[in-house]
Amino acid sequence: MTMLEWTSAALLVAGGAFFLAGTLGLLRFPDVYSRLHALTKADNLGLGFILAGLALQADSVAAALKFVLIWPLVLAASAAVSHAIARRARQNGIRPIQRP
Amino acid sequence: MMAFDLLLAAAIIWSAVRALTLRDAAHAVVLFIVFGLLMTLAWVRLDAPDIALAEAAIGAGLTGALLLDALGAFRRMPPAAGTGGWTRAIILAASGMLLFAFIHALLAMPYGERVVLPEWVAAQVSQSGVTHPVTAVLLNFRGYDTLLEVGVLLVALIALLAVAGSGNASRKTAVNPMLRAFASAAAPLGILAAGYLLWAGAHRPGGAFQAGAMVAAAAVLLHLSGRLPAWVAPGRLLRAGLAGGLLFFLAAGLFMTDAGAYLTYPPPSAGSWILAIETGLTISLGLALAGLFLVLAGQGRAQ
Repeated sequence: MTMLEWTSAALLVAGGAFFLAGTLGLLRFPDVYSRLHALTKADNLGLGFILAGLALQADSVAAALKFVLIWPLVLAASAAVSHAIARRARQNGIRPIQRP
Repeated sequence: MMAFDLLLAAAIIWSAVRALTLRDAAHAVVLFIVFGLLMTLAWVRLDAPDIALAEAAIGAGLTGALLLDALGAFRRMPPAAGTGGWTRAIILAASGMLLFAFIHALLAMPYGERVVLPEWVAAQVSQSGVTHPVTAVLLNFRGYDTLLEVGVLLVALIALLAVAGSGNASRKTAVNPMLRAFASAAAPLGILAAGYLLWAGAHRPGGAFQAGAMVAAAAVLLHLSGRLPAWVAPGRLLRAGLAGGLLFFLAAGLFMTDAGAYLTYPPPSAGSWILAIETGLTISLGLALAGLFLVLAGQGRAQ
């Protein structure tokens, strides 16, 4: 394996680890706000790693840039969507869980 | 990949069964969207990115948005009296006859012959004016299928407009400022992506249906962020845009009946014809798909 392939593989594995952490958070965290926190932070970072890893393996610079372009689009969409979900949850009277 | 495929197939069946059997409508809608996304993955695994794009945009995206909007409408409106027994019987009989016709058509297909569709298409694709085989089939070899599909979508929208009452077009709830900011950035990008998909359809996955779905998604997003009112009665310009793509397709078909068959493009200019027809279809399909959402969005508001 070349240096480029090693770097790509390392980035993909790191991305997978963040997705695993995000999914674990979604399943195990106690309320909607902390679950959103897990999804938007960990998963989006994982996506960044995976896209960087895939971009290194792309056939052309144009294809690599398309991979990289996905990241800010998903970041913007996920920020808007998670904000909408959290806002709706707050309007419906769901309180953030308080540790006693 | 075998294990992944089996897991995917199991997840598709599980999400479909759960979406149908759950008592809570909100959970069922979410599972339906999950089902659409899993189907998208399945199409990707089957090496059919064109269908994957359409499934993600229309099956999971737009249908999901329609179902979520319906959910909101049910919450706002007082429960209406149930449909009468006769109406139910008529709907059931009509669906039953349709199902019978479909089964009949399926059984009438020639199963004995070996299907060599990829080879037939590969042999003829140089004559089609495009290099992407799926676009060659959809717009050239089987162009009239696409023509009828577009017609069906338009008829569906006309039927919806016919039964839609006069609602209040303005969305009453306060618009989320984050959504508003996101929509003003994402809607122009959606239009740009639609243009790209339309252009890319000639030589790679893409085309009028996917591009139209992007246009519709941009319209839905603009409506949800309070920048585009719902449709109450479409004006002349909107009607022209809705019917224009289909009319141009029909006219182009009538114009090209040289070889004794409908829609036979002359090979030297076939590429230009396909691009022109797909451009018209993108606008009409985009408006029709957006209309399905925007007409319903105008219904059931405070009157």
